[in-house]
Amino acid sequence: MNLAEFERKLIAAARANPPSERVPYSFEKRIMAHLRAHPLPDECSQWAGALWRASVPCVAIMLLLSAWAFLGPPGAATGADLAQEFDNTVMAAVDQDSTADSAW
Amino acid sequence: MERTEAELIAAVLRGDAGSFEPLVEKYSPRVFATARRYARRESEVEDIVQEVWLKAYQKLRSFRGEAPFEHWLMRLAVRTCYDFLRRHQRNREATFSELSEPEQDWLERFVAQPDGASETAEAARQLVRRVLEQLPAPARLIITLLEIEDRSVKEIAKLTGWSMPLVKVRAFRARAEMRKILARIATDKYL
Repeated sequence: MNLAEFERKLIAAARANPPSERVPYSFEKRIMAHLRAHPLPDECSQWAGALWRASVPCVAIMLLLSAWAFLGPPGAATGADLAQEFDNTVMAAVDQDSTADSAW
Repeated sequence: MERTEAELIAAVLRGDAGSFEPLVEKYSPRVFATARRYARRESEVEDIVQEVWLKAYQKLRSFRGEAPFEHWLMRLAVRTCYDFLRRHQRNREATFSELSEPEQDWLERFVAQPDGASETAEAARQLVRRVLEQLPAPARLIITLLEIEDRSVKEIAKLTGWSMPLVKVRAFRARAEMRKILARIATDKYL
């Protein structure tokens, strides 16, 4: 069998038989009924929806972090220690400067 | 006075859903013809067209009006058909031993005398559909757009959202896949 000719013939057959453009009776009415049931969302409601959906994982993360802070390993820093360490870290550069000044 | 497409679209975006109906009426025949190239059952065709129109309505804000509405809609239609093909990748390894009688007759006529087998015969149409159904989704889409609808690589790139080099690579692979399937028909039937 000549495969190239076979291929050409099949493609020609497909071109010679374009699909029908027939639209079922009152199809557009059905589509319009669907669309009226799902009105076009405006930009504000799209944003509101997205933010509302995003709030769920945010709350979940917050709860997980809270649980971790309260139920963490016993050796972990307490709230007061954490505040002190944070203060030391933030003020480290200032403390270093003042130490250097006093050395002069 | 008849409203232009731009006026209809603007009205829909202002909240008048009824203005979408003339667009549905005008372009449904083309969307149906496109869907019928990829789906066999009429219920599947209707589902695809319905999905296209729902997407068109939901995404209407993204239509900028730089190109005709029809081009934008056909891009949506082709991409929806492609998604349908990817979801329905079943029975691709069927053999050709169960060809219908008219298909076998047409093949035998073709083997005996290639010019004698009519391209307009229903059997030929069935056979093409059977061959296309064996192709993977990207190959079927490319063969349909490039060979059957005779579109350019640039047009296909716009319709599918693929880059032009990707269209060329997929077209090359699709032709190879198709030749493999045709060779299998020849082997199944005549060796």
